[in-house]
Amino acid sequence: MPPVEPERQQSRDAAPSRLFRDDTRFALGRIAVFQYLTVVVFLFLIGGFWVLQIRDEKMNSELAERNRIKTIPLLAPRGKILDRDGRIIVDNHSAFEFRILRDTLKPEHIAAIASGLNMTPDEIRAPLARAESRRLPKYFPVLIKQELTPSELAFVESHNDPDTFPEMELIANQSRLYPQGGLAAHAIGYVGEVSDQELNTTEFAKYSQGDKVGKEGLERQYNDLLMGIDGQRQVEVDSMGREHTQMRSKDFTPGNNLQLTLDLDLQAVAELAMEGRRGAVVALDPRNGEVLAMVSRPAFDPNLFTRRISRSDWKELTDNPDNPLMNRAIQAQFAPGSTFKPIVTIAGLETGMLEPEKTVSCPGGATFYGHYFKCDEVHGTVDLHRAIVHSCDTFFFTVGNHIGIDRIAEYAELAGIGKKTGVDLPNEKDGLMPSPHWKLRVQREKWYAGETISVAIGQGAVTVTPIQLASVLGGLVSGGVWYKPHLVKNAHIDPPRRADFHPENVATIVSAMCGVVNEGGTGAGASIPGLEICGKTGTAQRISNELAKSNKALALTMRDNGWFVGFAPRENPEIVVVALWEGGGKGAFSAPLVRDVIKAYVDKKARREHPGPEQLSLFAEPKR
Amino acid sequence: MARYRSFRDLDWPLLIISLIICSLGVLQIYSATHGDTPWHNAWWKQIIYIVIGLGLMWLTTSVDYHTLLGQVPILYTLSVLGLIATVAVGNVVFHARRWIHLFGVSFQISEFVKLVIILLVARYLSELKSDEVSARDLLKLGGLVAIPVALVYYQPDLGTAITCVSVLAAGILLAGLRWQYVAGIALACALALPVGWYLIKDYQRARFLTFRDPSLDPRGAGYQVIQSKIAIGHGGIWGAGLTKGTQTQLRFLPAAHNDLIFSGFAEEHGFVGVVVALGLYFLLLMQIVQNAQTAPDRAGMYICMGVGALLLCHLLVNVGMVAGEMPLTGIPLPLMSAGGSITMSVFVMLGLVNNVRLRRFAS
Repeated sequence: MPPVEPERQQSRDAAPSRLFRDDTRFALGRIAVFQYLTVVVFLFLIGGFWVLQIRDEKMNSELAERNRIKTIPLLAPRGKILDRDGRIIVDNHSAFEFRILRDTLKPEHIAAIASGLNMTPDEIRAPLARAESRRLPKYFPVLIKQELTPSELAFVESHNDPDTFPEMELIANQSRLYPQGGLAAHAIGYVGEVSDQELNTTEFAKYSQGDKVGKEGLERQYNDLLMGIDGQRQVEVDSMGREHTQMRSKDFTPGNNLQLTLDLDLQAVAELAMEGRRGAVVALDPRNGEVLAMVSRPAFDPNLFTRRISRSDWKELTDNPDNPLMNRAIQAQFAPGSTFKPIVTIAGLETGMLEPEKTVSCPGGATFYGHYFKCDEVHGTVDLHRAIVHSCDTFFFTVGNHIGIDRIAEYAELAGIGKKTGVDLPNEKDGLMPSPHWKLRVQREKWYAGETISVAIGQGAVTVTPIQLASVLGGLVSGGVWYKPHLVKNAHIDPPRRADFHPENVATIVSAMCGVVNEGGTGAGASIPGLEICGKTGTAQRISNELAKSNKALALTMRDNGWFVGFAPRENPEIVVVALWEGGGKGAFSAPLVRDVIKAYVDKKARREHPGPEQLSLFAEPKR
Repeated sequence: MARYRSFRDLDWPLLIISLIICSLGVLQIYSATHGDTPWHNAWWKQIIYIVIGLGLMWLTTSVDYHTLLGQVPILYTLSVLGLIATVAVGNVVFHARRWIHLFGVSFQISEFVKLVIILLVARYLSELKSDEVSARDLLKLGGLVAIPVALVYYQPDLGTAITCVSVLAAGILLAGLRWQYVAGIALACALALPVGWYLIKDYQRARFLTFRDPSLDPRGAGYQVIQSKIAIGHGGIWGAGLTKGTQTQLRFLPAAHNDLIFSGFAEEHGFVGVVVALGLYFLLLMQIVQNAQTAPDRAGMYICMGVGALLLCHLLVNVGMVAGEMPLTGIPLPLMSAGGSITMSVFVMLGLVNNVRLRRFAS
């Protein structure tokens, strides 16, 4: 305390003007109130920090990490699809896809971004809204457009800076490249972004929005195998989105390649044979069930689906009355017509209801149960061999009636008619083998004896799919051994179904089918000099004779389907080919289609066994 | 008079505490701006401001505060004119006219206004004859304070306006106010709230709404609050360490050397650092209050309490804001935030407190 001088004491009384009062004692209590208030304020503030730093530390640290760490997906390429010789059918190509980061998105940018990407603003808003409704995390970029064109890519790259459109994100990926012209399009199928409806199904539930998955065909059947595992790269970014340091990265695992049993050479020949027609071709190896070719026409271009398919393209495909999206090889169900006769024959021979020496007189038709059933022509007296070679219906009306529907149905079902073959493709159809039991169960009606007459020549309610017919007859002529058809090589081959047919009965049928092609029968169009091709035609009506007569216009559009089943060689067949030509008019017209495929098979086999310099192939074969 | 001034008699604890806080501030400014930023030299500028501030503080102690109080009419007129000039010709920074250019230096007039209001309130209240503030005095003093405050608010600078009002409120409550008046003012404020809701500017309304729920506008008005809270929480107990806070370093925290300096500090020094820093501020305030208690007369007491109330209000608004406990109002944190005007004005205030202290045995 400084010493107080006397004169200072003096001035103290006089000098300080009386402007200011010097008693402060009155305020001491109120100052104390201020002190308490200060304590309260500080406790309040510290409380706030306690909440943020102690109670919510974990959450806030996560948010801070999310701020600074940007995760860039590294998309795994799908496996390639190869033919049986290792030639590439489905490849990948580098592309860029465009995504939007919702946590930096400014709604007013959408219109500008949309115009740069040749989209409508709603096309951008829709996936954003879906991501919102699926509660995807905000930092997860939403897929907007796949396979950017060069100009779109340039737009994104030149505007993708923090000051313009920081929400834009480009991600390199591998996009699907399918063969042109729809080659094997139905068997292979296509990929597309998984839809919301699919995400709600068990098959697709394990995927997430934006994933590209197989939608049809083998792409779908073997999706898990083909799809790789995406990786990711993490970088530290600042608030402007500039990348600072690479943190950690997990590389992707590419999908597995899928080697098919399809043979591109055969496939190409079959595709060309069916060009401009409506129908299907299936080629099988009856010794193991390998599918060598599978064609369905009309086809579609699967490349349309690798980007998001445009509305107009989709409409064109779905509105087309020929239904190009349908895989006729496994989904078209039609009456087999006369190709059913070998089934009736084996049923008769095995049960003893048909004597091998049986003859029937064909005056061009016959009457059963008060109805007249017409044959194609007047065959005169025919035995079993000639009845098959010339496809005499009168013979089969007669023997079918004698054998009876129950026995026919038993053997047809044994051979696989009316059941899925179990081929490794989605959505195979069943076909149908009618029987009194079936009719009672499904239609709650009695079986009419007259129906047996129709079924005996493959008409009536009986239907098959092309792959089913190929499997049924291929197994039959191999002596009653049916392998499950499959398109993927090295897949586990299930043990075949077997029927202990008497070899001489099978030989009788094979001999007759050989006559169909080589003895001037209905399948003469399939013959190749020097080759023992065997087969059977089938002409299946789609409307009754009476209706065809009364309605000529309908008769034109509903022309008969032409079937041909061919196989070679005669002993131990290696290939069985079914051709279905919808509205082809006659089974005989389908015979050359089958011939071409079998010829391609035989030629290729010959080239392999005796390689010569003048080989020509539609596709380059890999060196071996 | 000079013989009453000696270094020995300065309030050393007050000075040491404030210099410790300043050095924490300089470190944090360095951490938030080092490297490739436009403000990379802000930390040594801040040191210069502190040195100048110390000089101004010493200068402030040299004139008897009674003399300063005598000049209040002139100072008051100057400040109102300065504010009008700011509104008229000031530089627009972040949509607000708060700065005025003079001789190549930018000044923030509102910082000067704070000082004037402290002196104004002190003089007016110490001249009161009664032990209670009458309604007439209340209106008169309120009106006097309202003019500069309205101009500050018009800049717009809501935060500074609020701190000025806090000086008035603290002064009046100390001087004694009938509880009926207190109740009346409270009621009037309650009634004025809905009206005020329409009077405040759009961005302030947005700020208030986003204070209630920052996720309303995470990229806009809510951004600062959200990022600030994340930064604070990220610090945890011990903090990330100086120059190690990712929110601060990667600039997710805007104005990390300025208004939001305390959230960067909290990220890098953790809860422990926060408690230490707030503890220092608390000691600082208590030291100022102690000077008010020992003031030689009412005027000195009002000056000290004015400074204390203003700093407390500053702290509450700024620190409460970074922690999301208060709506966003852009005011800096005294002694820590980078900025010449605020740093110097706070040192002048500390000078006023010392001024009172040096003369506590004089009367």
